[in-house]
Amino acid sequence: MKFAVVVFPGTSCEVDTYDVIKHKLNEDVEYVSHVSDSLDQYDAILIPGGASYGDAVRPGAIANMQPILKSIKKAAEKGKLILGIGNGFQILLEAGLLPGAMLKNENLKFICKQVQLKVENNNTAYTSAYEKAEQITIPIAHGKGNYFCDEATLAELKSNNQIIFTYTSENPNGSIENIAGITNKQGNILGLMPHPERAVDTLFGSEDGLKIFQSIVRNWRESHATNA
Amino acid sequence: MMYKVKVFVTLKESVIDPQGSAATKALQKHDFSEVQEVRVGKYMELKIKNTDQSIEETVHNMCKSLLVNKEVEDYRFEIEEVGAQ
Repeated sequence: MKFAVVVFPGTSCEVDTYDVIKHKLNEDVEYVSHVSDSLDQYDAILIPGGASYGDAVRPGAIANMQPILKSIKKAAEKGKLILGIGNGFQILLEAGLLPGAMLKNENLKFICKQVQLKVENNNTAYTSAYEKAEQITIPIAHGKGNYFCDEATLAELKSNNQIIFTYTSENPNGSIENIAGITNKQGNILGLMPHPERAVDTLFGSEDGLKIFQSIVRNWRESHATNA
Repeated sequence: MMYKVKVFVTLKESVIDPQGSAATKALQKHDFSEVQEVRVGKYMELKIKNTDQSIEETVHNMCKSLLVNKEVEDYRFEIEEVGAQ
């Protein structure tokens, strides 16, 4: 399986994300520049965290105007797996590939710490390696992770089981319904504010994030074995 | 000919404004008990060259593609003609 890690000016979590794929999963992975115009050769696209373009205007807003976004949108239509972490989630929201928007954290502070999450839906390409309602520990690191959407969108997220992760021990940022991560309706795109790539070894304090990446590979292998 | 465009971006009424709430509380605690609400927005100034396209349409397109997030923000703008410099 071949992964792309998309890098914008200001992206900072690309090495951690790359290393998970390369060294923890032993799969193929390449960095792809924001000016690249094709993602055809990749099976999954990872948009890592950081502060693309220094979060100018709004986090993810300027990244959304770069050439690579056209390829990301094309890949989204084809049903390819696209994972946005932190700023990657914000970019997917700005691109309209996921519904809703991010507001400043309720306490106006940048928060960097371990948080407890609940896996609300383990029936996705990203969470099938988790138990149902599993409690996991993954760090957050953001100033604008206060997820917001209107009531109609929220009702739709709920009825389609698109809410994938919620904060449990506390709501660190004020997000609506404690939302930490959502998918699109088709389930091929996941955005989450916590950083699973920073929770892949007990040395990091938690390895609970690893199952997201393991789920991706497992599901991809299964679907390709069926098609073969 | 050139235009100077002033764009005002505000959070939609239905959207919680954490900065505004903090400012409201701070003002109320500091002898401004009459303050009922503060909403914090953004102000942007653009200088735009005249083209064949209508200036209003150009500004709307810029707002939609970058300057404003329609999910949570509203905007309005004022256009002023200025001499080219």
